[in-house]
Formats: sequence, structure tokens, C-alpha cells
Amino acid sequence: MNTLIYLIPIALFLGGIGLVAFLWALKSGQYEDLEGAAWRVLDDGDGKPEKK
Amino acid sequence: MSCCAPGTEMALEIDRAGQGLPTSEELWLTSRSLGGGLRQTDLSVPGVHCGACITTLEGALKARPEVDRARVNLSSRRVSIVWKEELDGTRTDPRELARAIRARGYETHLFAPGEEDGDQTLKKLVRAVAVAGFASANIMLLSVSVWSGAEAATRDLFHWISALIAAPTLIYAGRFFYASAWNALKHGRTNMDVPIALAITLSFSISLYETITHGTHAWFDGTVMLLFFLLIGRTLDHMMRGRARSAISSLARLSPRGAMVLDAEGGREYRPVDEIRPGEKLAISAGERVPVDGLILVGASDLDRSIVNGESAPAPVRVGDTVEAGTLNLTGPLTIEATAAARDSLLAEIMGLMEAAEGGRARYRRIADRAAQYYSPAVHLLALVSFIGWMFVNGDFHHAMLVAVAVLIITCPCALGLAVPVVQVIAAGRLFQNGVMVKDGSAMERLAEIDTVLLDKTGTLTVGEPRLVNGQEIQPSTLATAAGLAVHSRHPLAMAIHDAAKIAPVIAGEIREIPGAGIEASTDSGIYRLGSRAFACGDAGEASGQSEVILSLDGRELGHFRFEDRLRPFARESIDELGHLGLSTGILSGDREPVVAALARRVGIERFKAELTPRGKVDECALAAEGGHRVLMVGDGINDAPALRAAHVSMAPATAADVGRQAADFVFLHQGLNAVPMAIDTSRRAGRLIRQNFALAIGYNVIAVPIAILGYATPLIAAVAMSTSSVIVVANALRLRAATGNVAEKARDGQAPASLRPLGSA
Repeated sequence: MNTLIYLIPIALFLGGIGLVAFLWALKSGQYEDLEGAAWRVLDDGDGKPEKK
Repeated sequence: MSCCAPGTEMALEIDRAGQGLPTSEELWLTSRSLGGGLRQTDLSVPGVHCGACITTLEGALKARPEVDRARVNLSSRRVSIVWKEELDGTRTDPRELARAIRARGYETHLFAPGEEDGDQTLKKLVRAVAVAGFASANIMLLSVSVWSGAEAATRDLFHWISALIAAPTLIYAGRFFYASAWNALKHGRTNMDVPIALAITLSFSISLYETITHGTHAWFDGTVMLLFFLLIGRTLDHMMRGRARSAISSLARLSPRGAMVLDAEGGREYRPVDEIRPGEKLAISAGERVPVDGLILVGASDLDRSIVNGESAPAPVRVGDTVEAGTLNLTGPLTIEATAAARDSLLAEIMGLMEAAEGGRARYRRIADRAAQYYSPAVHLLALVSFIGWMFVNGDFHHAMLVAVAVLIITCPCALGLAVPVVQVIAAGRLFQNGVMVKDGSAMERLAEIDTVLLDKTGTLTVGEPRLVNGQEIQPSTLATAAGLAVHSRHPLAMAIHDAAKIAPVIAGEIREIPGAGIEASTDSGIYRLGSRAFACGDAGEASGQSEVILSLDGRELGHFRFEDRLRPFARESIDELGHLGLSTGILSGDREPVVAALARRVGIERFKAELTPRGKVDECALAAEGGHRVLMVGDGINDAPALRAAHVSMAPATAADVGRQAADFVFLHQGLNAVPMAIDTSRRAGRLIRQNFALAIGYNVIAVPIAILGYATPLIAAVAMSTSSVIVVANALRLRAATGNVAEKARDGQAPASLRPLGSA
């Protein structure tokens, strides 16, 4: 029982980090063009995703 | 594919690259101002399909000085270009950007403005899905511990944590349902969101009550999971919803704002179109659109009358001919007498027709909406009946309430909410991969219902570009001379000649274009003339109109060029295929009867109507509808736009006029006409899967509801039942991917790049 006091907040916190990371990725436009992203990996140029 | 074979970049190719591009004005109007002298234009480039395409296109665009940023979006086959409005004091011509793309061998089309408007809502929905997903995963984790035997204080703790996670999630992610449900109730209606809002509110409140009173069952997991699944469905549905259309406003752009009026004393005055009265004389220079219907008093020219009859070949006009408002004066200045005020013009009539046709489409109720209409009252009634029933049986308010909530949760349209959008999104994805864009989810539902296909001729069954037919019969040197002359004209027949010739020698001498007749060159060896028989040889004799061109030297005939519009690739096969699908086909054309009849024979269509006005086409669609038929209209021109809107569902090629593209429900990006049977086939499969999904969802309810009513639905059972039904529905929808494999292959074969086809063959 005592360990739960630590473990549950830790679990929620880690999940929260995942959520925030996803929202950030969404906001920065990384899901705009998934097919293109697969090809851009092979591109030597310095292409960064652009914000809408 | 056109892209990886970077065509022969001859001078001719590049010259031709300007053909069919959106005009500079259109590009300006549709670009967005980003502030700071920057503008953004989004163009659709259906040909991009690999990494090399991205690099080629972005490289080509970024090399231009006026381009600030360029980015290709491979998923949506689009390129967005940010460019400077002014560069070194000169205004940028956005057409150059489109031309740069075309020069690399890619087709490019303008995108309907405002197509990105839904984006903000979509992002909000995706964020809500993420939050709901996070919440349901965590609550489920805690719930599993409860189900596997957490007791007393531990269970209460878990319930409390769940409640703390669920409460903000309901407010944040559930706000879409609450807002929509409230809106429906306010107007005295119910929709699918009413039972959803009620179910999540009731189940949360009762779970909270249970938690406070140390009860065993809490429904937080069910509540949040329900929200999660429904939000997925809602998000997919939102992706499929129709986009804002502005066909009418883009038509209005075609009508000129004013015209140069000549008064009796020979004075000139520019007046707005509304103030032009019948009987007044107007001066129309080459390149201007005719503002009102009129009669030619002075001058000869070629008119682009595609707005009237869809025919792309310019029609020569001379004194005494009538001209329609909205047609484009191509080659020579004209003086006309206005015969009707602007509000009575043909363009105004087309706009009126489109507004009138709008209503017919709006009346169509989507399958999901129709289902919701019956579903939500039934669910409410069921929950109420089970509550009252249990009150009678044992009079235990608390227990009866729990059962009612279980019924609400279990019947909540999880699978139903996913049933339609998942199928539609997958189907739309399949169609898009094969070059067909869908504007609206309901369009696929409507396409699955059709029994008649009506096609336009020019630009739909044919490509809409004339091609030289008798290229083999003509001496190569004659052809080259003709091309040397033709290169000076933008007349479609001239373009066809220099396309066929491949090389165009420079002709020394004075070259001029005579409007409505042809091109003349005074050289050392004599006067070369390229144009109509009357013009080239001087004998007005049997001039057969627009499909032949004569080359002459000092009035002596050197060559006789005959032209024909090419059939769109796979036209014949597609018509056959439509027959196999059990559909009747017909042609509606604004062109002359013999031409249409000949084409109808060639593609094997029995029914056709020729010389139809835009209104005539609408009437044909209406007539078919009255006869109980559901019509798919395939067309491309402005003159087809009202019919596209009036038909049950419509399709247009990407090369269609802007107005036609926007009026249509489907736009096919590749050349082949086989996109039409492919889209119908996919839509029908999608329709079948949707019906199967409904059957599955109903079947699930038939099993689950009695369990809930009898009071056996614990949170564990509800969670398992709900997720199972959703997974089954999604899995069933995925079958569409496998099923359309064959058709997809066939359609892909149809993507032969325009640049690789032999030139000059009919």
C-alpha cells in the first residue's frame, strides 16, 4: 500500500509526459505529412518542418 | 511516372508549360497574406509520390528568388509556397511558381480556397482524443487492480484517483458532445450526442456517489473509454465532412466588373457592369471577358466559349454574331452592342441555377444522422423502462439507477459512432491513393446509390486538347514550317501543330496573327499562311470550321492538317465497366449533334443529348431524378457546374474549370476515366461495409442490452463488451483495404504520364 503512494503519481507523471510530448509534436506540425516524413529521412538537406 | 523521368526540356515543352495553368489573378486571389510582404499559395500536385519528387520540386521552387519557403506535403499531394509580394520593386507573378512546377514535368492545379478551414477544429479534436486516451489508459490501469480484487481502502483510493482523472477529462474532451447536445436540445431536437452527454454525465455522477459511499462498482473507466472511442469516431467523421465550397463566388470572379462604353460622340467611358443598358456600344479588347450578352458591330476575333458549351476550341466570330457574357475574347478587339443587362446574362443565369440546385444536395441526410434519429430516443426509452421496471421489481432506487446507467453506457453508440467514419476514411484513403479526391463523406454514400451516369463530352470523355490526326500524311518539312508559324499563336490548334512537329524552325520575316483567321508570315520565299481554308487559299468554299487548318504559300495549298480531340485514356473500357456495374450511361454535351453522335458511337454509349445549354443539362438531371433515377454527373466545364450541383452526386477531372472542380463531390487527379468506375466500386464496397457494421453494432446491442437490463453488467463486462464491439467494427472496415486491391492496381496502370505518350496520335 505504501509503495502505491509513490508509484501511482510516478505512473501518472510518466503518462503525462507522453501526453505533453504528443501534444507538442502535434502543435509543431509533425503529423502534417507522415508519408513525406518517411522520405525526408533519406534527404541529405536540412529540411525542418514548418509551422502552419 | 512523369516525375522520375525529367522530360526533355526543349524550348517547346517549356513554352507549353504555361497552358492550362491557373491565371495570375486567380493565384493572387487564392493566396493568403502572411504579413510582412509574404503570401502563401497552396497548389495541388497530384504527381508527387516519392522522395525524389519532394527534392526536385522544393529545389526548383527554392531556387527562385521570390520564394521564401516551399514545402511539399506528400500525404495530401500538395505544395505550399511562401513567396514575397515584391522583389526589387516589381510585383511577383505567382504564375511563374506554377510554371516552375510544370516545367519539372508535374501537373499542378489550384486548390479551392478555404479548404483548410476545418483544420483548427480537427486539431482540437485530436488533442481531445489524446487527452481522453491518456485518461482512459490510466483509469483502466487502476480499474484492472480493482477488478482483480483490490479491497476497501485501496479500492476507494483507486476510485478517487480515477475520479480525479476523469473529471477534467470529461470537461475538456467531452465539451464537443455537451455543446452539440445542448444545441440540439435547445432547438427541440435530439441527436446522437444527447444520449452520449446524458450517459457520461449520469455514469460519472453515480460513480462519484459510489466512491463517496465506498461502493464496489465505479464506471469511471467505462465513461472515459466511451468518450475516447466516440472522439475517435468524431475526429474521423470530421475529416470526412464536406469542406466549404465557394463555387458561386468563383463564378462571380469570372464576370467582369465593368466595360468600356462608347457613346454616340465616340467618347469612351468605363462603367460598372450594372449600369450598362441594352443598346449601348461596348469596346472589348483582346484578353477581356465579355461583360454582357451582345451583338458584334465591328471586328472579328476568336472567342473562348467554354463557359457556354464546354468546348475548349475557340470559336471564330465576326460582325453580326452574338456573344455571351463571360466568354473570353482571345485574339482581336471587338465592338459590341449590348442586348441584355448584366442581370439577364448567361453568367447570371448559371449563378442562379447553381444557387437553385444547392438545396437538392442539402436535403440528403447522411446514414449516421438517419440512424441517430431512431437510435437516441430508443436508448433513452430503454434506460427509462429498465429503471421503472426495477423500481417495480424491488423498489430499490439505488439499484434501479445503477441498471439504468449500465444500459445507457452499454448501448451508447460506440461501435455505431465508429461504424460509418472508419469505413469512409479508409475508403477515402484508398480513393486518394488512386487519384480521386473526395470532398465529403456523404458523397460516397450518394455515389453508392446511383444507377445512371451522365457524362459531359469535351474535357471529360475527351481530353479537351485537339491533336493532329493526319500527322503521317504530311511532309516533315511542311509540318516543320507550319510549326514555325504556329509557335507564334496560343490558339489550341496551333499548339497541337507544334506539339506534333517537335521542332519549330525560326521563320525569318514579319509574322502577324489575324484574329479569327490565322497566322501570316511575309518571308523571302513568299507569304506563308496558316489558318482556315478561306484565309489560307482565298477560296471561301467548303470551310468545315474549326477542326482543320491549311498551310499555304502565296495562296497555294502546302498542307492540310486535320484535328481531333483525343479520347481520355480508358474511356471505352470505363464505359464498359460502368455497364458491368449495372449502370446506364449517357452523354450530355453542349457541342454540335454530329460530333457528339460520332463520339458516342466510338465509346459505345447509346443515349446522348447534344447542343444543351447549362440549363438544359440541369433539366436532364432533374428529369432523370423525377423518373426515380439517381444520377452521377461527370463534367468539367463552367457550363456543367449547375448540372454537377443538381445531380445526386458529381465528379470532375482535376483539369476542370475552377468552378467545375468546386461544384463536384469528387475530383480525379489522373488522366484516365477509369477513376469513375473505380470510385463507384469503392463507394459501393464502403456502403456494404457500413451496412455490415450497423448490423454488427445492432447485433452487439441485442446481446449486451439484456445483460445490462438484468443487472449483470459490471464495469468489467461493460468495458470488455464496449471495446470488443468497437474493435470488431474497425476490423471489418479494414477489410476494404484488401478488397480494393485489384481495382487499385488497374487504376494505377491508368496513370501513364502525359509527357510520355506519343505526340500527334489521335
